[in-house]
Amino acid sequence: MTDVFRGIWVVAYRELLRFIQERSRLFSSFAMPLIFLVVFGAGFGQLIGSMTPGVDYIQFMYPGILAMTVLMGSIMSGVSIVWDREFGFLKEILVSPLGRSGIMLGKAAGGAIVAVLQACIMLILAPILGVSIDILMILELVLVIIVVSMSLAGMGLLLASRMQSQQGFQLTMQVLIMPLIFLAGVFYPVNNVPVWMEVISKANPLAYGVDAIRQIFLGSEGAATIGVTVFGHTMTVLEDVLIVAAFGIVFISLAIWSFSRQN
Amino acid sequence: MNIIEVEELSKSFKQLVAVDKVSFQVKEGEIFGFLGPNGAGKTTTINMLCTLLKPSSGRAMVNGYNIEKQRADVRNSIGLVFQDPTLDEYLTAEQNLKFHAYAYKIPASEREKQIGGLLDLVELADRRKSKVSTFSGGMKRRLELARGLLHSPRVLFLDEPTQGLDPQNRRHIWDHIHQLRKQNKLTIFLTTHYMDEAENCDRITVIDHGKIIALDTPDNLKDSMGGDVVTLKAEDNEAVIKELEEKYNISPVIERDAIVFSVTQGDKFLVKLMRGMKNNLVSIGIRRPTLDDVFLKLTGRAIRDEEVSFKDQMRNMPQMRRH
Repeated sequence: MTDVFRGIWVVAYRELLRFIQERSRLFSSFAMPLIFLVVFGAGFGQLIGSMTPGVDYIQFMYPGILAMTVLMGSIMSGVSIVWDREFGFLKEILVSPLGRSGIMLGKAAGGAIVAVLQACIMLILAPILGVSIDILMILELVLVIIVVSMSLAGMGLLLASRMQSQQGFQLTMQVLIMPLIFLAGVFYPVNNVPVWMEVISKANPLAYGVDAIRQIFLGSEGAATIGVTVFGHTMTVLEDVLIVAAFGIVFISLAIWSFSRQN
Repeated sequence: MNIIEVEELSKSFKQLVAVDKVSFQVKEGEIFGFLGPNGAGKTTTINMLCTLLKPSSGRAMVNGYNIEKQRADVRNSIGLVFQDPTLDEYLTAEQNLKFHAYAYKIPASEREKQIGGLLDLVELADRRKSKVSTFSGGMKRRLELARGLLHSPRVLFLDEPTQGLDPQNRRHIWDHIHQLRKQNKLTIFLTTHYMDEAENCDRITVIDHGKIIALDTPDNLKDSMGGDVVTLKAEDNEAVIKELEEKYNISPVIERDAIVFSVTQGDKFLVKLMRGMKNNLVSIGIRRPTLDDVFLKLTGRAIRDEEVSFKDQMRNMPQMRRH
């Protein structure tokens, strides 16, 4: 068991080192969401104004973009194991005495740490954009982001477990991850969309991650109007998080199984 | 004492039998070489011994631990330097070593001393804080060697340790290996397709098509050739081969457009040959046998890398794309 914990912290520690040392990644984790916010915020904000009573578009968009940053970052962290494989470092990890489960959980934990850091960078922008936050919200957010990002890093690991090259990664990114992110309700609520889209969105674990983060910002009144409803029931933050966590446990378990089976 | 014991180890990938019922023992403290062309099954064997691949059948023990049932113990007993780089290029030399120290649970009190000592040994102490992406191929390999030794393994596996390095770097790596072996009771298991490299080994296993075809010391292998190696070039090679077969009962092979065969007391044989030869010869050479000749005799072909070039290109592609 101690080997599992050592695996978690050693592997997570490396993820953190890599994140800090790659300036370009640090920069892009800040620049991309900012561009989205400015472009969509200014463009759609003018058009739409206030989309639902009491919630103007920037208030709606900001948590969505924050969630998107977390989703992208954590899925990428998981999938980055493809690079480790391609550049050989995965071999160094796999022949070490660290167990497979420790390695996978460590990758997921590393993804979570990176996602929290990225989210914190985003939170600095909140007051400038006129989005109100307080300490309690930040604490809540950090907890939710840890669960969401570990789960989605697990999804990335599972996707990467069978991938042998970067080409496979590009394809998965385009046909799976980008659509999943767009269908997660980042740019519009998933309740008032065509039925086929609603079905996909509500089967999409990412949607609950987005919803949990958004509800923390908008509070219960906001949730009543635009929160994700499943069979007529409006999800609470806790329910959202539990759904994501359940998906995460399945993803990570399958990823561990898949990696162990290969050798 | 045998530090590695292998019994009838096999590995198949779908229809391809990569390693076919291989058995051998490695004694503690020896340099044991696996010699064979690319695709002979050397890397597959190493991957099984270091727990990266599950054998299809057979049994192997490393440092007294079963490679399938006691994987963690095996992993703690061995150090590895792979054919392809396995360093994290975005991290510094020191960070790579520290990661390894944490992963192998090296106590904090020893960590610093070990890292410093090994960086000195491989002459990279001054590059300690540099990112690995700035290192040359030889430096990376030396850093990997240091990393493979960090947790004081009992067996060091070297898979083509000097592949792709220039002669100077190759000698450098070998100096380190010999030095290490003197200092500790380290056993070294290496694969290579360089003959001169195999000369460094105490014992050599010649492997081809997944099977062991010879296992002995380099000197015994060379003696088994039965004398000196004679190389002839003729205007008509076919006619000369025919003449040799008929007159002297010798069955030569063709290597690089030359006729090659071995014969006892080669110097005297040549005089006899010259007197009675009907065909015209262009050149004559005679020398003591090398491991190249051993391989040629055992397999009927030279150990060379015709097929390697493409694979090597592919292997280098990811690096090229990144710069």
